[in-house]
Amino acid sequence: MYIKRTVGLLLFGSCLSVSSMSSAVEISQSTMLANSCAACHGTHGKSPGAIPAINGKSASFIVQSMNDFTSGKRPSTVMGRHASGYSDKEIQLIADFFSKQ
Amino acid sequence: MSTYDRRRFLQLLGSSGMLMASMSPLSAFAMSGSPSARVIVVGGGFGGATCAKYLNMFDPSLSITLIEPSKRFKTCPFSNAVLSGFQNIESISHGYQAHEKRGINVVHDKVTQIDATAKTVVLSGGEKLSYDKLVLSPGIDFKWDLVEGMQASDANTIPHAWQGGPQTTLLRNQLVSMRNGGTIIVAPPGNPFRCPPGPYERVSLIAHYLKQHKPKSKILILDAKSKFSKQPLFMQGWEKLYPGMVEWVAADKGGRIDEIDVKNKILHTESGSKHKADVINFIPPQKAGAIAHTAGLTNSDGWCPVDQRTFESKMHADIHIIGDASIAGKMPKSGFAANSQGKVCAAAIVSAVHGKTMPEPSYVNTCYSLVSPDYGISVAAVYRYSKDKGIYKVKGSGGVSPKVADKVFRQQEARYAKGWYDSITSDSFG
Repeated sequence: MYIKRTVGLLLFGSCLSVSSMSSAVEISQSTMLANSCAACHGTHGKSPGAIPAINGKSASFIVQSMNDFTSGKRPSTVMGRHASGYSDKEIQLIADFFSKQ
Repeated sequence: MSTYDRRRFLQLLGSSGMLMASMSPLSAFAMSGSPSARVIVVGGGFGGATCAKYLNMFDPSLSITLIEPSKRFKTCPFSNAVLSGFQNIESISHGYQAHEKRGINVVHDKVTQIDATAKTVVLSGGEKLSYDKLVLSPGIDFKWDLVEGMQASDANTIPHAWQGGPQTTLLRNQLVSMRNGGTIIVAPPGNPFRCPPGPYERVSLIAHYLKQHKPKSKILILDAKSKFSKQPLFMQGWEKLYPGMVEWVAADKGGRIDEIDVKNKILHTESGSKHKADVINFIPPQKAGAIAHTAGLTNSDGWCPVDQRTFESKMHADIHIIGDASIAGKMPKSGFAANSQGKVCAAAIVSAVHGKTMPEPSYVNTCYSLVSPDYGISVAAVYRYSKDKGIYKVKGSGGVSPKVADKVFRQQEARYAKGWYDSITSDSFG
């Protein structure tokens, strides 16, 4: 009986304790930006097909590539059209994300 | 209880954390802890499947239920390759095992009603499920009432093939049984509609099939618009690869269809001309998927107004609408856009549940089209949100493939089109 009651209280408590449980979850700007790359480069940059995987590339390599795509120094089909949509600061955040995958 | 019934019973129970807990409190705790919120996602296409997956990645303690009628979803992207015959229907079919493995509760059923006040959805058998947050990704439905002479059931004779699956197979079979020297009419709708370059990729890949198997045949496009997506690139490709095979009649040159004679396969245009065809692919005008209308989430044009930062409905709180059904500013109605919106929406919901400010949304789209299996073209853009403009295109970004490009460039884009399909289907369904 005692055990049963405790469980009941626990259960009731669990429905109310949303905020205390949840403080750990925060989505960074870096994650938001990088997630938009995943439709072509795969979730977390792990491409399963013909498009190059970008997970685990160094941040400096990604930054350099993005800048060279924008300037046209590095020829591309579509990357020049994407890279030009992000500021230097955003490119750094994207590069940081994929370098850690 | 049969295995199926038991499984289904557990699935339905699983969607209500409380019920599950009250049956077997200790094991429920041990399995998942207490859910931070109950989220129901309706529709398992690019929008819904992506949103459910990213909700789970952002916050594994959410109780997530994905409701989708099909066990294997058939994509519209690459369905034109099936029509052309160089891919089969299985290659565009995707299941939900990966979602189940993540702990997402996948229910293969249809939502018939939504009660936005009680925060419940009703399934086809009458079962009721409760939510804290609801995501709708219902795709499109058709405005048959605007089409003179044709109704929904006539799509069994004149397929639209604008939803992947049996419609794709039906149109493919009609193309295969057509005589050499036949006429195919493709009739695209006015804006806005699902996949703006889609009808013209379809024309291209049907032409690719005809060129090999029925070279005396013709394709006539009777268009409800006077210009279309990637028009110069498509027309350049048609001239190069299929000279004399494709004719496009713009709306302002008499292309708009007025009436359809289903029995005799004759299309009447506004300008008074009649066109008889061996195969007709009439793509009807569109609106948000049926459930959005039932739930009172649409405007007078038939689409869903949302806060373009969070995709929360402007009609009802705690209901988010993503993908083709939503009004998403400058973004086109595409599988890619739905995938992108699914992630932004997941971030908005998780942030709201945890009382956090969501990160500044960033959205993206690329529409690849194949003019032939090794000739690809694309249009791309990066999008942001502002309170005044809603979702807008970042200045200086995006655009279409260059008009002047060599064979290798087009081949490379075709290769990337297939690579994109592999990536986006794994990002959405994997």
